[in-house]
Amino acid sequence: MTTDATTDTATATTLDPLADVRPAAVEVHGAHKWFGANHVLAGIDLTVQPGQVAVILGPSGSGKSTLLRTVNHLEKLDRGHVSVNGELIGVRRHGGRLKELGERAILRQRAGIGFVFQNFNLFPHLTALENVAAAPVATGRVDKAAARELAAELLARVGLADKNGAYPRQLSGGQQQRVAIARALALRPGVILFDEPTSALDPELVGEVLGVIDDLASTGTTLVVVTHEIGFARRVADLVVFLDHGVVVEQGTPAEVLDHPRHPRTRDFLAKVL
Amino acid sequence: MGGTEPPRTGTTLVRPDDPTDRPGGPPLDASERVVPLRHPWRWIATVVVLIVSAQIVHGLVTNPFFQWDRFAYWFARPVILDALLITLKVTALSAVFGLLGGVVLALCRLSRSPVLQITSWGYIWLFRSVPLIVLLLFLYNFSALYPTLGIGIPFGPTFVEFDEAALATEIVIAVVGLSLNEAAYAAEVVRGGILAVDHGQHEAAAALGLPRRYQFRRIVAPQALRSIVPNYVNQLINLIKATSLVFYVSLLDLFGQVQSLGSTYPGDIVPLLIVATVWYVILTSLVSVAQYYIERYFARGAVRTMPLTPWQKLRTGVAALRGRIAAGALR
Repeated sequence: MTTDATTDTATATTLDPLADVRPAAVEVHGAHKWFGANHVLAGIDLTVQPGQVAVILGPSGSGKSTLLRTVNHLEKLDRGHVSVNGELIGVRRHGGRLKELGERAILRQRAGIGFVFQNFNLFPHLTALENVAAAPVATGRVDKAAARELAAELLARVGLADKNGAYPRQLSGGQQQRVAIARALALRPGVILFDEPTSALDPELVGEVLGVIDDLASTGTTLVVVTHEIGFARRVADLVVFLDHGVVVEQGTPAEVLDHPRHPRTRDFLAKVL
Repeated sequence: MGGTEPPRTGTTLVRPDDPTDRPGGPPLDASERVVPLRHPWRWIATVVVLIVSAQIVHGLVTNPFFQWDRFAYWFARPVILDALLITLKVTALSAVFGLLGGVVLALCRLSRSPVLQITSWGYIWLFRSVPLIVLLLFLYNFSALYPTLGIGIPFGPTFVEFDEAALATEIVIAVVGLSLNEAAYAAEVVRGGILAVDHGQHEAAAALGLPRRYQFRRIVAPQALRSIVPNYVNQLINLIKATSLVFYVSLLDLFGQVQSLGSTYPGDIVPLLIVATVWYVILTSLVSVAQYYIERYFARGAVRTMPLTPWQKLRTGVAALRGRIAAGALR
């Protein structure tokens, strides 16, 4: 693990003095995934350093969401492995091989990784506050009163202090997504994954959600964001990864990938979305 | 076309028979209220329905065949109330055991284990295929097939042994038979409810690392219950009425008692049947009212604003009607 991490720091873009001793926040190695005959992930290597904001771009069907979902083991890899903060996800070493973890262990690992869905997936029968407080209580980290206090604090942080008692259906899309972000934050995850967080929103609501993600980025939490918002990538990304047909076509700083793309497929894609 | 088409002037269509529609007709007063559309057929239908209903009620009351005095005599007799209690007991026990069995069967069918899936499927297939009356009579004669029942190690020694005939009282046979049958149907109701929960909910619960029991109890079940409740209540109402079959395993439930009283007092058979009918209607109505409020409870968050309860609707309706009458009187 450590040898991999040190070799990959060469591509890392932040000048973090601890980068070569701390394990990478997210590390994907030789990831392969098939859906039937469709080779969705065709050998992906990716390293995101602690505190970095990585933005994954690519045309639809390029494997972006699948890649993100393997990081918290919502999808199993057919080959390769993923680790978060140095811990293998969904598998454990057994001699020279990888063995699948039990469900309980996987759930424990997921609690340390935040995930924000495109369609919010808030629990419709719970209020905003209950949505945010559910996980800290259920995983036995804090008692009910403390969880509610934490939830209220997080809702205030995403600008929804007055919506504690609202049910998801009474909120706008942008507000729902902000509740979903607060819910992901409630377990104080080391890494937060965003799967197209603004794609289901009306254009005028995109800004409020991106604003919250901007704030998170500035607090030093590691973020991996799949998005089509090029402006957002340019503004907050430390690392931009361009994916196509299940492989990383090119990666680098926003200046490198967005302003001076080397690969024709990247150029084509940017020409279409910009 | 052609001849019947009204003449056109420029691009505007002119209907010569209606002077007010013509451009340049009398000027409109913008403050005038729009006259609401009248619904004469609604009124006619209302009158017809009221007349027919009145006729039916009149027939029920005046036809001596129904013997309302005998109905009043029997309605709350202790023999009837005791029998009603048996019906309630059998229904309640079978509903509880049936639902528990149904939940287990549904979870087995949704599990990833093929053995559990097939076993559950086979159970549902079998018990939905056998008519309830056949199942009950089978159980009634069960002691002839297996005179004793024992608990022990399968194919090994037996620790406790029961005498089947002593264990299988009429009420046990009735509850076992109805529960076995009910579980098969309840299983499908529960499974349908669980499948109706959006896949994203399972994913969100998994992504938060919620423990599996919590996922089921707090996230999936409350949402599944929204579609389980109406279907299960349907099932429950069927069950209330299905208890009338336990008469055939010598248990005197409401219907059984009415039957047996009817053979003792042949002249009272019709009022006795009405007694049973009214009691079944009361039970079903109570269940329906309970259903309404349970559904309302599980609708939390599913609608932006809660619809009014029938009681609230009635009150606002009466208030509105009063307002209209008062406004009409003022004119």
